[in-house]
Amino acid sequence: MNTDSNGLGRERLRWQCRRGMLELDYLLERYLDTCFDNAGDAERQRFAVLLTAQDPELQAWLLNGEPHPDTAFHPLVAAVRGI
Amino acid sequence: MALNKRRFDALIIGAGGAGLNAAIQLANTDARVAVVSKVFPTRSHTVAAQGGVNAALANVLPDNWHWHMFDTVKGSDYLGDQDAIEFMCREAIPTVYELEHNGVPFSRLDNGKIYQRAFGGQSQNFGGAQAARTCAAADRTGHAILHALYQQNVRARTHFFDEYFAIDLIRDDEGAILGALVLEIETGEPLLIEAKATVLATGGCGQVYRTTSNAHINTGDGTAMALRAGIPLMDMEFFQFHPTGIAGKGMLITEGVRGEGGYLINKDGERFMERYAPNAKDLASRDVVSRAIVTEVKEGRGCGPQADHVLLKVDHLGEDIVSKRLPGIRESGKIFAGVDAVHEPLPVFPTAHYVMGGIPTDPYGRVIVPQGTGEEVVPGLYAAGECACVSVHGANRLGGNSLLDILVFGRAAGLDVIDSLKEHKNHRPMNESSVEAAMARLTRWDQQGDGLSVRELRDEFRKTMEDHAGVFRTEEIMSEGVEKLKALRDKLPDVRLHDQSKVFNTARVEALELENLFDTGIAIAYSALMRRESRGAHSRPDYPSRDDGNWMKHSLYFREGDRMDYKPVRTKPLTVESFPPKERVY
Repeated sequence: MNTDSNGLGRERLRWQCRRGMLELDYLLERYLDTCFDNAGDAERQRFAVLLTAQDPELQAWLLNGEPHPDTAFHPLVAAVRGI
Repeated sequence: MALNKRRFDALIIGAGGAGLNAAIQLANTDARVAVVSKVFPTRSHTVAAQGGVNAALANVLPDNWHWHMFDTVKGSDYLGDQDAIEFMCREAIPTVYELEHNGVPFSRLDNGKIYQRAFGGQSQNFGGAQAARTCAAADRTGHAILHALYQQNVRARTHFFDEYFAIDLIRDDEGAILGALVLEIETGEPLLIEAKATVLATGGCGQVYRTTSNAHINTGDGTAMALRAGIPLMDMEFFQFHPTGIAGKGMLITEGVRGEGGYLINKDGERFMERYAPNAKDLASRDVVSRAIVTEVKEGRGCGPQADHVLLKVDHLGEDIVSKRLPGIRESGKIFAGVDAVHEPLPVFPTAHYVMGGIPTDPYGRVIVPQGTGEEVVPGLYAAGECACVSVHGANRLGGNSLLDILVFGRAAGLDVIDSLKEHKNHRPMNESSVEAAMARLTRWDQQGDGLSVRELRDEFRKTMEDHAGVFRTEEIMSEGVEKLKALRDKLPDVRLHDQSKVFNTARVEALELENLFDTGIAIAYSALMRRESRGAHSRPDYPSRDDGNWMKHSLYFREGDRMDYKPVRTKPLTVESFPPKERVY
C-alpha cells in the first residue's frame, strides 16, 4: 500500500492535490514532490489539513498572499508558495 | 472475483456545474441519481470560472434575450446553431433565477436586484451600445455555483461516488447506453453502474496541449468515452488560445497587463507586435497576438535556453503601477516563473483555454449521431457542458457564455431525463460483451515488463499537439502533426505501469487519462487539418478567409478509421428570424 512512514497515504494526498485550478495543482504537487518527504510530522499533518480547504481559500492563501487564519500554517503556506 | 454492480435511474459522470445542475433536477423527483466524479465535486474546474454568467435580466442597462442571441450568433462566427442559441439565451433568465433560489449569493445592486457587469462582445439592440449582462458572485462565481448545487444535491439525497474514475460507457448491440464501468480510485476495484439514462458532464480537455490554463483534471475523459462508443465529436478544431500564459506552465496572464502598457519582446529585445499589427500592436486580437508569438519562436527569435517563449515586459511601468494595478501578476510571476515583474520581463507563450467542440447534442442534451441522411438520438445518452457541443459557441465563445452553457444545458438534460424515465421504466438487459471490453481497458494496465512510461509518451504527445495542432495551423504543419500523432498512438500498447498496486494507484488513473488525451487530441488535429478556412478560433495562414460557401458546416470526427463527416449549421432559430452571416467586426 502506498503509505509513508506516518501512515498518511502519500498517493491519497497526491490525488487531493488535484484541484479545480491549474495554479493550485502546480503548487500543491510541487510541494508534495519536493518538500513533503523532508518535512517534519507536524508539517505533513498540516499539509493534509490544508488539502481539505476549499479552492477559493487555497487561492487566497497560496496565490494572493493573504494570511492563513492559523499562524501555525504560515511556514507551510510559505513553503508551498516557494517564494 | 465477481464484478460489483449498482443500479440507478440516472448516472451523471462529472460533478462540475453541468453535472450538478442535471443531477439536482432529477434528485428533486423520486428518481435515484448517481454522480460519479474523479475528484471531490467542489474541486471541479467550474471553480476556475470566476467571471460570471450571462443572462438578459436588464437589471443595469436595457437588455433582452434576442440581443443576447444576436451577440452569441455573431461571436460564434455564424457557426453556432441558431435554434440552440435562442434556446440558451431564453433559458438563461429562468436558469439564473433558479440558481438564486438554490442559494447562489449573486452580487446585488442597491435596489436588491442581481448586479450585472459589462463584458466584451455584449451589445444592446443588435450591435449597438454596450450591454451589461453578466451576473457574478463577487470574483468566485464558479465556486459559489458549485457549492450551492452540491449542497442542494446532498439535501436531495443524490448518491455521490467521489473519487471514482469512469472507464467506459456500456452499450448494447443497438447502440443504447446502459451505464458505465467505473473505478474506485481508493480500492482499485471496478464497479458497474447500470442506469436508464447516462449524462456525460466531464468538462474540457485542455491537457491535450503542453501549455494550457486548464486544471490537471481536464483530460477529455467524456469526449474519449463517446468516441470509443462510436459517437463522433463535433467542431473539435475550434479551441480558444489565450496569447499570454506563463511559458511552459500555462497559467493565464490577464490581457489587462497589455492594456496597462505592458508589451511583448523577442530575444533581440524587439517589440515585435509592431511588425504584425502596426496599429493595435500588443492589443491586437487574441489570435493575431498568439500567432505572432509562435512565429517569433519558430523563426528562432524565442527567448530562454530552449528559445521557446517570448517575454512580456512590464518593468518600465514602475513598481508603483505594477503593484497597484497588477498585483496578481506580480505574485504569479514570482510564484510560477520565479520573476519579479517589477524588475524583469515575464516568460510567456500562448495557452490552450477552452474547447468549443465536443459530443454532439440537441438542446435537450440528448446525444445525436448521423443516421442515413438525417440524425438520430443515442438512446440513454446525454451530454452537457464543455464536453458537449450543442452548438452554441460555434467557432468562438463569448465571455460569460461558458457558465451559461453548462448551467442551461445541464438543467435541460436533467429535465429531459425526467421525461424519458416516464417512458422507460425498466433497465435494458445488460450487454456482457461491452462490459468485458471496458474491463479489458482496465486490466490492460496489469501487463508487466519493460516499456514506455506514461509520462514519457504524454509529454511527447502534448508537445506534438502544441507544435502541430495549436495556434499555428498550416497544411504542412498539421499534416506532419497528424502523422506524428498517429505514430505516437501506435506506441500506446508499449506503455507499462511500474506500480501495479491497486490502492490509490494514481499512476493507473493517469494511464487511463493518457488514452483519453490521445483519443480527444487526435480528434482536434484531424478536424483542424481538414477545415480549409479561417473562422473564429480556427485560424489558418494558408486559408486566411472565412469561406461560407464551402465551410459553413459542422465537422464530425469518428475514431474508427479517423474518418471525417460534416453536417449543416442550423440557421433557423425556434421563433425569430435568422441572423444571416456577416463579416465579424468589433
